[in-house]
This record gives sequence, structure tokens and C-alpha cells, in this order.
Amino acid sequence: MKLKHLIPFFIFVALLGLFAYAFRLDPREVPSPLVGKPAPTFALPRVDAPETIVGPDDLRGRPWMLNVWATWCVACREEHAMLMRLAREEGVTLLGLNYKEIRGDASLDTSRISPREEREAALLRARDWLARHGDPYRFSVLDLEGRVAIDYGVYGVPETFLIDAEGIIRYKHIGPIDERVWREVLQPKWAALEGATR
Amino acid sequence: MRSHRRAERVSAWRGVAFAAMIFLLAGGGGFVRAAEDAPKAQPVGDPALEARALKLGHELRCLVCQNQSIAESNAELAHDLMNQVREQLAAGKSEEEVRAYLVARYGDFVLYQPPLKASTVALWVGPFVLAFTGVFALWRALRRRAREEVPTLSAEEAARAEALLRDTDERGQS
Amino acid sequence: MIPEMGQFALALAWALALVQAVLGLAGAARGSAGAMAAARRAALVQFAALVLAYACLTASFLRIDFSVLLVAEHSSTRTPWVYRLTGVWGNHEGSMLLWSLALAGWQAAVAAFSRTLTAAFRARVLGVLGAVSVGFLAFLILTSNPFERLVPVPVEGRDLNPLLQDPGMIIHPPLLYMGYVGMAVAFSFAIAALLSGRMDAAWARWSRPWTLVAWVFLTLGILVGSAWAYYELGWGGWWFWDPVENASLMPWLVGTALLHSLIVTEKRGAFRSWTVLLAIGAFSLSLLGTFLVRSGVITSVHAFATDPTRGVFILGLLALTVGVSLLLFAWRAPRLSGGGAFAPVSREGSLLVNNVLMAAAAGAVLLGTVYPLIIDALQGAKLSVGPPYFEKVFVPLMIPAVVLMALAPFLRWKRDVLSRVLRRVWPETIGALIIAALGVWAMDHVTVGAFLGIALTAWVVLASLRLLVDRLRQGAASGMTARLRGIPGSWWGMWLSHLGVGVFILGVTLVGALEQRLDVKMMPGQEAELAGYRFVLRGVSEVPGPNYTAQRGAVEVWREGRMLTVLAPEKRAYFRSAMPMTESAIDWGVFRDVYVSLGDPTGDGGWVVLLFYKPFISWIWFGAVLIALGGVAAALDRRYRRLARRTAAVSASEQSHEPVAEAVR
Repeated sequence: MKLKHLIPFFIFVALLGLFAYAFRLDPREVPSPLVGKPAPTFALPRVDAPETIVGPDDLRGRPWMLNVWATWCVACREEHAMLMRLAREEGVTLLGLNYKEIRGDASLDTSRISPREEREAALLRARDWLARHGDPYRFSVLDLEGRVAIDYGVYGVPETFLIDAEGIIRYKHIGPIDERVWREVLQPKWAALEGATR
Repeated sequence: MRSHRRAERVSAWRGVAFAAMIFLLAGGGGFVRAAEDAPKAQPVGDPALEARALKLGHELRCLVCQNQSIAESNAELAHDLMNQVREQLAAGKSEEEVRAYLVARYGDFVLYQPPLKASTVALWVGPFVLAFTGVFALWRALRRRAREEVPTLSAEEAARAEALLRDTDERGQS
Repeated sequence: MIPEMGQFALALAWALALVQAVLGLAGAARGSAGAMAAARRAALVQFAALVLAYACLTASFLRIDFSVLLVAEHSSTRTPWVYRLTGVWGNHEGSMLLWSLALAGWQAAVAAFSRTLTAAFRARVLGVLGAVSVGFLAFLILTSNPFERLVPVPVEGRDLNPLLQDPGMIIHPPLLYMGYVGMAVAFSFAIAALLSGRMDAAWARWSRPWTLVAWVFLTLGILVGSAWAYYELGWGGWWFWDPVENASLMPWLVGTALLHSLIVTEKRGAFRSWTVLLAIGAFSLSLLGTFLVRSGVITSVHAFATDPTRGVFILGLLALTVGVSLLLFAWRAPRLSGGGAFAPVSREGSLLVNNVLMAAAAGAVLLGTVYPLIIDALQGAKLSVGPPYFEKVFVPLMIPAVVLMALAPFLRWKRDVLSRVLRRVWPETIGALIIAALGVWAMDHVTVGAFLGIALTAWVVLASLRLLVDRLRQGAASGMTARLRGIPGSWWGMWLSHLGVGVFILGVTLVGALEQRLDVKMMPGQEAELAGYRFVLRGVSEVPGPNYTAQRGAVEVWREGRMLTVLAPEKRAYFRSAMPMTESAIDWGVFRDVYVSLGDPTGDGGWVVLLFYKPFISWIWFGAVLIALGGVAAALDRRYRRLARRTAAVSASEQSHEPVAEAVR
């Protein structure tokens, strides 16, 4: 047996190893290039008080989380109770980015809706939802067209960004937060951010 | 810009040349203007700009789809990103700037053409290294083979081989 | 009862495959005629059992038996019968059953039509094929049972994926699978050769027709898939470099290399280990493709719903099949050295350079396909490798291959002088360059790509014509008809396939350079113009379909004051699917397609309409058809049959498994 003739076998073994390892990877989770960069700024109306325009600077000086949500998003409803618990028991400051409340809803025909109507409807739906399920957010803002979400590299709902006191994005979580995700992934990171602030 | 009529004349000549070249092209090109009788429809945006946007869109990957470009996909986000591409090109940004805008938000994942960097050198160079190594190895093997003696067959083996190949047409091989 | 019968037939097929594998391999090793004959019969019965299993699943689909899970998930009461028929393979389980059926079909063909092989060799081939069958049937039965029942029985099914409800999808998968699995035959010939140590000119001559037929199926399968994507996806692309497409392209490239390498092995007995490696490679890459599509490790538009157990199982099968083969190769290949001598510049040399380039191209496709995984595994970063990469890497590798392809048939066997050949074809070379220069000027599209594309096509076509003329001149027989008939099938095969490559390149080049697209907002009665064609939207009306409702446009296509046709592009909403489907409408033509598809309604009664002018796109398909026809012509070469008979006579007394000496001339 010559080494030369074993080359195809070795290449194949390397490929096998790669494939075996690939089972542990999630091809759909794309890491964000924004981690380590300042949170993109924005100026959006608050859901509870649309005449007030807010942005990330309003939360400077303490760590916070930006949570992307919408009433039509099923997974958001799943994580909602968890968010309530985080806000109440863990003292987490949450900013809700309401994502394409009306035009993101596949069940609505939005081709003929006027911008004013869209805004009114979005405010009503978002407020009603928060009133019914509880409001874990310091405040929620309305991103009707999803432009701010694009700045944050959002590609699905829900997504959650951990942002430190200096306004730097430290982590991005894709998908709903449940008890396990909080305990194993987010909580240690959150604690570190809080520790750094004190 | 050429005058309209000259453009038509030149393209007509080109049409003739083209037709002569590939026998039957007469039905092909787009050289004759048709009469106008129905109201004109509005193009979606400026056609030249739209063409640029689509070309760029085909090179950008939709994040929520399985494996489609934002130009092909019907997903919401793909539409939003396509609109971003259109707006930014319309605002005078270059293709490179639009790409950079998306990469800053979504990472290299959005580029169907991976950028050349340390981690992708193997990707870009690999195939050519493979081809050159292959040709080189082949050349060496052939040189060695040409120098070496042809292994001789025993009389019996040669007879059998001859029987196998007797009625083959030597020239008949592709 | 019918599904249970199918289930039983499937289990029976598995047992028969096992019998076939054991008796075939052991029988050949011990020279037991009885065992070998039994293996052959087992192959035939295995095929019958799988036909029965497949028929049972088809019957369940046709009878709309929703108590079968697969039927409930991939058809509905409103699905037209023909798509219930194809719904059988429009899903993971059913398509694996089709895969196994195709494999059994090839085994039965080997069992039935290989009387020319020695009994021992045939038994080994059947043994190896049986072993592959055992693995895949086990996969089917254990992880992907197509006959699984569903309780309670639903009243309505979920319908077949609308994308697959299309005539192209009726023939694409069977062709493709016949091609993929056909590579298993070439593979088994190679493994049998490694096992027996017998690998001579006769071996190459036995393998080649089988490989050719499989390769023709694969070519046609890829062709139909590409044409389907072209008209079904609604924007006229025809190749996307999606992992699933790459999975079919890689075995095709390696299969092409194998066909050429077999010629060298047949003529000179040389590079036998390389030929064997290609035969293993072609099938391994088919398996790899199956793994990539069905395991979910790579995202693809065409991926089946995935399940980790299945992925692990296929990976295991892959490891076993390919790993054992490559180890066997490493063990036995050193014995396969030697062979006749020839100079680097010679027909043989050129065939081998083709091999290198085809293999490198397949390597490039593989690298691009798995590179995102490599980066993810090493760095945790996500990367996409798509069409721009593949085009930039693939095309430069193919250009020298095509140049050489046209030149190589002029080279003499064994030894030649390059300058002699170049002197011979300089008129063709100059002619090709002039045509290309005229071409880009006439098209008003002066780019390197267009110039190269036209030059390559012209070069291939002119060289092919010259080759034919030369060939007819040198023929011994008098009379043109006699000379034409004197040319063997394998020569025609080469000629047609090479010409087909030229035609294909022209299609790719011209559609890439000259295609035009216009997206317009059209109100009924309005018109738009593109490439000298006028398009008038007459209206859009709602039309009920069997399992969908369609918005159907009526678009008149006018040219030079004459109405050519009325196209009817559709936007379909299938009852059981959220995604709207675009059905483009195409006025097909030899020199151009006019392609119309409906976008979204604008809200005020108008529609966004996508208009395309696609010159010479059909030449892509013509080229591929010519390539496939070449394969058919070569497979039908009289030599294979005539010589095979002789071989049988010569080897009838053979009992030993010692390598037979290479045939050297």
C-alpha cells in the first residue's frame, strides 16, 4: 500500500469529519457583525406616547436589551412571559422595537392602506396587545417600515440585542428567549454588563 | 449619445452582419420599431437603474430564505432589502457602497461572492492549485512512463490480448 | 392492505439484496456456479419486489388513501391525478423509494444483459450492487418508511408542493435518479475489478457502455431540471449553483472524466488506478449529493424536510460505502500500474488532461459547496458561496478544456507533434477569431466574455466540421454513404457531444450578453415594448384550477405589426399553500424566447408585468440534447456487442482471479 493511494481516503475522512461536525451547526443562524459596534441610532415614536420621539441615547448609562417584536409574531407570544419575568424579577431594562406591525402581517392585505391609517392601526394593535399580555418594556417604539430593524441587521422576529452602558452591542440572540436560553446564555452576559456598570 | 436615426442605421447594419454570420438569424434581433397604437405602460422605476438593482440583487443572499438571492425571493425581508438597494442606487451610491451597507448589517453572509480575505484564500485559489498540480503531476507521470520500458507480456497473455482486440478499428476510437 | 403489501415487498427486497450481495461476492470468491446463478436470480426478483412496492405506493396515491401519512402530506383530493402519480416522489420517502427502484432496475439490467461478462465478474458486480442496495433499503425501512399509516385519517391532504406540480417535474426526478444510480454500476464494475484484480482492456470495454447510459440519463436529468427552473421560477434563470444542482453537476463532471479515461485504459491499459478512482468518485459524489440534500447541513432551495437521524444514517452509509471502497483502492491500486507507453503529446495525453480539468472543476464545485461548512466549523462565521464565485472559478477551468476538446481528436494516438496539429487547424483557429470579432461587433456587445464564448463555439464547430471532412476523405470505402456508415458509433458519439458543447456555449454566451428585461406597471389595454416586440396587456382574469385559483393575464405579443401569439402568464394561489406561485408564459423559438410573467397587482387594477427577451436560450437545451445524443451513439457502438461476444468465448475457461495482462499495442 502506497501513501499516494491513500490520499483519496484521507480527503474523504476529512470531509466525513466536517459533515459529522456540521450536524451541530445551525445553517440558519447568521452571527451579527454589529457585535462590538455601537448600537445604531434611531428616532422613533413611542407606542404609548407617539408624540414622544426616543432613541438609544435615552438609555445610556446602563445596560439594556433591545427586543424586536410584533403582535403577529407567534414566537414573540411564546417568549412574552419570559420577558415579563426578566423585567420584573431580574431588573432587565427592555426596549421593544415593534417591527412592521401592519405590513409585516401576512394575513392582512396592506396594498391600499394609507400611511396614516397604518400608523393608527399599528398603535392600536400594539397597545391592545401590551395591555392584554402585560408590558415588559421600558418603552416600545414603532418601526412601521422595518428600516431601523435593517440597521440592526434583523432578519426575523423575535431577536434580542444586549447593549452595554456605553451603547455598544455585546450580543445578539436570534429566536425566542426561554428559561434555558436565559440561564445558560443571556444571564451570564447580562450579569457581566451589570457588573461593569457598578 | 448618438442620434436616434444613426443608431438605427448602425444597428440595422449590425443586424445584417449578424444574420449573415449565423445563417438564419433573421427572426432574432430587435432592430425594427413597431407601430404605436396603444397607450404606453409605465416601467417600474428607471429601467437602467432597475437593471443595476436587479444585477446587484442577484448577488445578494436573502437571509430568511433557503438559498435565494434577494432579487429572486418573494420573502418580505428580501423585498425590503431590494427596495433599499433601489433607493440607495437611485441616491447615487455605487454598487460597492450598497454592498458595504448590507455587509455592515448582516455580515459577509449576504454576499454570494465571498470577499477575498485570509479565510477565503483557499476557496479562491484552491481550484486553480488543484488544476495546476493535476496537470503537473500528469506531465511528470507521462514523462516517466515514456522513459520506462514497456512491460513485456508472456506469449500466452499477448495472444489473448490480441484476440480481445483483433477486430477493433484503431481509428474508430473517439 | 395495499400499503402493508408494499411494506412487505420492501422488506422482501431488502432480504433479496442481502442474499444477492452475500451469494454474489462469496460465490465469485469460491467459484461456486450455483451461488452465482442464485445471486443473479435474486437481483431479478429484488427488482420485481421493488416494482411491487413502488406500485403499492402509487396505488395509495391514486386511490387518495389518506390513511397513509405520505399520501396525506403530499396530495389532496383536488390534486390532479398526474400530480398524485408524481407526488409519489415529490417527498423524501417516496423519492428514496424511486432511488432504490432505479438501483434495482440497474441491477436487473446487469443481471439480464451481461451474458458477455464472465460469470465470476458478473457475480461480483451484482454482489457489490446488492450491498449498496442493502444499505439504502435499510435506510428506507428504518428511517424513512413510505408506507407509514396515519391515525386518525384526515379528510383532506396537504397537497403536493406547488413548485412540483409541473410537467417538467414528471420526468426530471426519474431521469436524474437513473443517472445518479447508474453511476453505481460503473462503481460496482470498479470494485469488482479491484476485488478480482482483473482489470484489463476488456474490463474498460464492459464498463463503458454502462457508464455511457448512466451518463446520458444524468445529462438529460440535469437538462430537464434546468429547463424547469427556467420557466417555473418566473425570472428566466436556468442555473443557480444551488447545492442540489451542484450535487448533480459533480457526478456529471467526474462521469465525463471517467468516460474519457476509460478510453485510455481500453487502448493502452494505462492509468487504470486513476480510472478506477474516477468510477468510485462519480458514485461517491452522487451519494454525497444525496447526503447534502437530505441531511439539512446545507441550506438549499430544494432541500427536503430534514431529520437528523436520517442525516446520521446517510452519513454512516456514505462512510461505509465510500470509505471501504477507497481503502480497497489504496490496497489494490498499486497492482494496477503499468500499461502501454505514450508521449505526453498524444491522443491519450489529451484525454488525460481533460480528466484533470474535469476533476479540478468537480473539485471546485465541491469546495464551493462545502466551504461555508468549513468556515462555520473552523471560525463560527457564516459565509455564502454563490453564482458569482462559481462562474469566476468554473469558467476559467472550462476554457482550456473546451479548446483542447476541439483540438484533441486531431492528435494521433501514442505520439504526436503539437506543431503538426496546429498547422493543420490554423484556418479554423483564425476563422473562429474572425467570427468572434464580427460577432461582438454585430451584437454591439464588445466584452471579453462574449468574444470568448463566440470564439469557443466557432472553434468547436469549425473543428468538428473539419474533423468530419477529414474523416470522410480518409475512409477506405468508396461512396459517401458507405464511408458515413463506416464510421463507428463511438466516433459519432464523440463528434456529437463535442459539437453539443459548442452549441451549449453559444446559448450561454448569447443569452448572457443579449437578454433584455423590462418590468412594467401595466393597466389593461396598455402596451410596452422590448427588443422590437410589443406587449399589450388585454386583461387579467380569475380562472379556477383543480386545486388553485389563478389570476391569468392575456398578453398579446406583436412584432412588425403582426400578432405572434397571446401569452397567458399566471399567478396561482394554491388552496393548501401560502406562497403564491408564478407561472410564466413563454413563446418558445429557435432563436429567441419571449418570456412573460406576472408580478404583483398594483392595487389600482394594474399589474406589474415582467417581460424578457431571451435570445438563443434554447441553444442551451439543444447543446445538452446533442451531448446526450452523443452518449447514446457511443453506447450503441457495434464494437461493444461484437467484442463482448468474443470476450465471453475467450474467457469461458477462465477460473483464476489473477490479473490479466494489459492489452498493449
